[in-house]
Amino acid sequence: MVTIEVNGRELKAKAGDMLIEVTDEAGIDIPRFCYHKKLSISASCRQCLVEVKNAPKPLPACATPVMEGMKVFTRSPLALAAQKGTMEFLLINHPLDCPICDQGGECELQDVAVACGSDASRFVEGKRVVPAKNIGPLIATEMTRCIHCTRCVRFGEEIAGIREMGATGRGEHMVIGTYIEKSIDSELSGNIIDLCPVGALTSKPFRFSARAWELTQVEGVAPHDSVGSNLHLHLRSNKVMRVAPKDNESINECWISDRDRFSYQGLYSDDRLTVPKIKQSGEWQDVTWEVALDMAAAGLQEIGEGEQIATLVSPSSTLEELYLAQKVTRGLGSNNIDYRLRQGDFRLDGAEPAFSWLGLKISEIENLNAALLVGSNTRKEQPILAHNLRKAAVSGAKVHFINPLQLELNYTAGQQLTTPAGMVQSLAAVAKALGATGEGAAAKVIDKAVADDDAKAIASALKDADKAAVMLGNIAAAHPDYSILCVLASVVANASGATFGFLAEAANSVGARLAGAMPHLLPGAKVAAEKGLDVMKLQKLPRKGYLLLGAEPGYDFWDAGLTRNALESADLVVALNTHTSPALEAAADIMLPIAAFAETSGTYVNTAGEWQSFRGAVKPLGEARPAWKVLRVLGNLLDQEDCEYTSSEQVRDELASLCEGVMPDNSVGKTESADLQSAVDGLIRIGDVPPYALDSLVRRASALQQTKDAAPAAICINAEEAKKAGLADCDSAVVTQDGREATLPVSIDANIPDGCVRISAGLAGTETLGAQFGEVTLEKA
Amino acid sequence: MNTIEVNNKADIFSTEIRGEIDQWVAKYPADWKQSAVMAALRIVQDANGGWLTTELMNDVAAYLDMAPIAVYEVATFYSMYELKPVGKHKICICTNVSCMINNSDRVVDHLEDRLGIKLGQTTEDGRFTLKEVECLGACGGAPMMQIGKQYYENLTPEIIDSILEGLE
Ligand code: SF4
Ligand code: FES
Ligand code: FES
Repeated sequence: MVTIEVNGRELKAKAGDMLIEVTDEAGIDIPRFCYHKKLSISASCRQCLVEVKNAPKPLPACATPVMEGMKVFTRSPLALAAQKGTMEFLLINHPLDCPICDQGGECELQDVAVACGSDASRFVEGKRVVPAKNIGPLIATEMTRCIHCTRCVRFGEEIAGIREMGATGRGEHMVIGTYIEKSIDSELSGNIIDLCPVGALTSKPFRFSARAWELTQVEGVAPHDSVGSNLHLHLRSNKVMRVAPKDNESINECWISDRDRFSYQGLYSDDRLTVPKIKQSGEWQDVTWEVALDMAAAGLQEIGEGEQIATLVSPSSTLEELYLAQKVTRGLGSNNIDYRLRQGDFRLDGAEPAFSWLGLKISEIENLNAALLVGSNTRKEQPILAHNLRKAAVSGAKVHFINPLQLELNYTAGQQLTTPAGMVQSLAAVAKALGATGEGAAAKVIDKAVADDDAKAIASALKDADKAAVMLGNIAAAHPDYSILCVLASVVANASGATFGFLAEAANSVGARLAGAMPHLLPGAKVAAEKGLDVMKLQKLPRKGYLLLGAEPGYDFWDAGLTRNALESADLVVALNTHTSPALEAAADIMLPIAAFAETSGTYVNTAGEWQSFRGAVKPLGEARPAWKVLRVLGNLLDQEDCEYTSSEQVRDELASLCEGVMPDNSVGKTESADLQSAVDGLIRIGDVPPYALDSLVRRASALQQTKDAAPAAICINAEEAKKAGLADCDSAVVTQDGREATLPVSIDANIPDGCVRISAGLAGTETLGAQFGEVTLEKA
Repeated sequence: MNTIEVNNKADIFSTEIRGEIDQWVAKYPADWKQSAVMAALRIVQDANGGWLTTELMNDVAAYLDMAPIAVYEVATFYSMYELKPVGKHKICICTNVSCMINNSDRVVDHLEDRLGIKLGQTTEDGRFTLKEVECLGACGGAPMMQIGKQYYENLTPEIIDSILEGLE
């Protein structure tokens, strides 16, 4: 520790820290452009010049390490003259277009110019003009405004891990951009909008729609992955105008994914459900809430037998919604409630951990020395976790993946590319290499496994690491042999001394377990005396009545075709949803419009087990109502006891007391069945869910839907397999799965292993197909 | 990262070019391959008639495991790299301080007149390109110009004429 003096004030600081870090901490303002706490120091803008006693000239605070006894003056005549001089140079080429600039009112250049700029320019020559480039649907550029701070360039290299922006040219001709016409494709790209101190990079969807001073800012929690990034929602006239990150060092630092930033657009899509509707002789009619709810309650009561009722809930629902959904369902005498809509293997039920989680804190990921990710496209599934994983990898952690598709990574990692059945064998081989034997199903597959060099490399990386983790991702959760992967991963973690964890799929996958939205678990993750049926059985053995909460048939289920059949044969389908779609309209009998993200209060439990509550930021659109209220009224109409809640906090507190003392725990029990359901004779479908197909909201976020990650459904297959099947690039082909067909374009993709065809789920054109992972045949169309 | 994926680096460039680049790569530590980028760009430019295409820059990026934008940055920063086709003889005229006060304007005017093109342009027959450059470190012989690898100093219109006539 050293002691320095700034403007006569004594400050304690860590030796070696930069002056600006110390003054920032102490709340002393120093203007800056290129400095950013999360980026490397470039010290190129010179706006942060300050006077340091005994130094011959002003020094940049961002690149001057503190030293014992240092005396600093940030507002002395010398410092101010230096700052003023820099500002004058910066403004030489900056256009005076603030009135038409979106950054106006929240521009760092404007602020600093007001603080230490001149009121008139002495520069009479022509200003330079830089043509704007189109860098994709998310970010608008106006490069004449760029002040060359290079924050966006450093962000690409250091945080996003993709160097897409650069500084080309020299001197007066230097420009920031992509040089060639190209879109910025990082899943974290939107953060450069926040980083850019001026209006060179602004939000394209938000462009020209509001002024910063017209907006009010409220807090929120991101709804699209299990990180629960903290958000600032910017509102005007009861509308979400844009979304920005809120700093939370232990969760999202100061970043958010593009999905969390731009999904709000989906709130205002044309197919928002805004009035209750009932279907009468095949026609949809708008009705009042009373009529719709009475009909729903009467219909559910009419079914009579509890076990004929199934409640299928989206894991993006809030804790309060999930808790009340299970309460209403169980009140009807049914334990048939499930949130695992995209899971296909339930052999682990009863043996899997109740309160499963990441296994560590989000901020601990970067300290890992080794990690094995099984069935995870982390970058696209949980971008913020991937960013943390990248930090670990960049500082030397050995990261390995076992996946049925080759990932485009932004760091060096080992990737084992294999079929779904091969994934089980690869993981078993790692267990074998670690000398583990396992029990039950695990023992059977490990016994047959051969510990090859790849397996040995992974095993020793995990074993030798000080801190290691084995984690299962979304692809693993949807794998037909999820139960086996899970027991194997647990064996591998135990044998290598690694932490075992789950990268939960949705905002509230972990919360859903705590809320009791499972057939065999009651709230508080307590084992139910009487078990209901899992989501798969609830469709294979169709029920008479279904209650859907935030789940869209065709897109949100593991086997879209199966869901359709089950819902079609039901007597009553009550859908609580934010949006409508042809598939939903075909399946449902009653549609109840519910509040979407930002419109309801609630709580999410993230994958690290943290509870984060939020308030409704705007009123629900039209007649939509928060789902917890709808479920409460439904409970009342069904004469259920203890359903008199007046606030969502009350619901949360009731659940919280049931969860008291329940600790996260990833211990996996024993399973017996070692039948490989993923072992097929022909081609197997890899039905991953692309990032912008995840839920109702993102599927309707128009800007995200124009990005590269939102490619339309296609049959992706490697050249070899395509040749075998008689297909070539750009052809379209008929894919048949479980007797159901779809015609899709063929795309040759070297990232797909032999024996596999990637037909992502959740996309238009795949509603008719079957399981996310299952045998398919291809034929030239 | 975000390097261009290539299945086989032997598919990029000819054996000779690869050999030349590899000599430069060998001069730097193994994980600092990108240090050879300037040499690689020069080699590739020479083999392509004196200028670089985006594809060639992408190839250099792939060959040296660099992000393409990092190669564009280098190629656009240095004036010795050409991003548009140039004539057989690239005439680089220094107009920096020392040359300017020794009347480099006259050099420019004379060349522009004689060749019928402006700075930055190429003659229709593709023989000459005129280029304005910054100080080439030959201030003692100002005004000066460079053609190919050769410096020509203490220029007058007559000297310039005789130089140009001596070129094929
Ligand atoms: S575009 Fe913005 S962030 Fe990037 S260098 Fe220019 S001013 Fe800085
Ligand atoms: S902030 Fe210090 S030089 Fe830019
Ligand atoms: S100024 Fe022309 S060579 Fe130096």
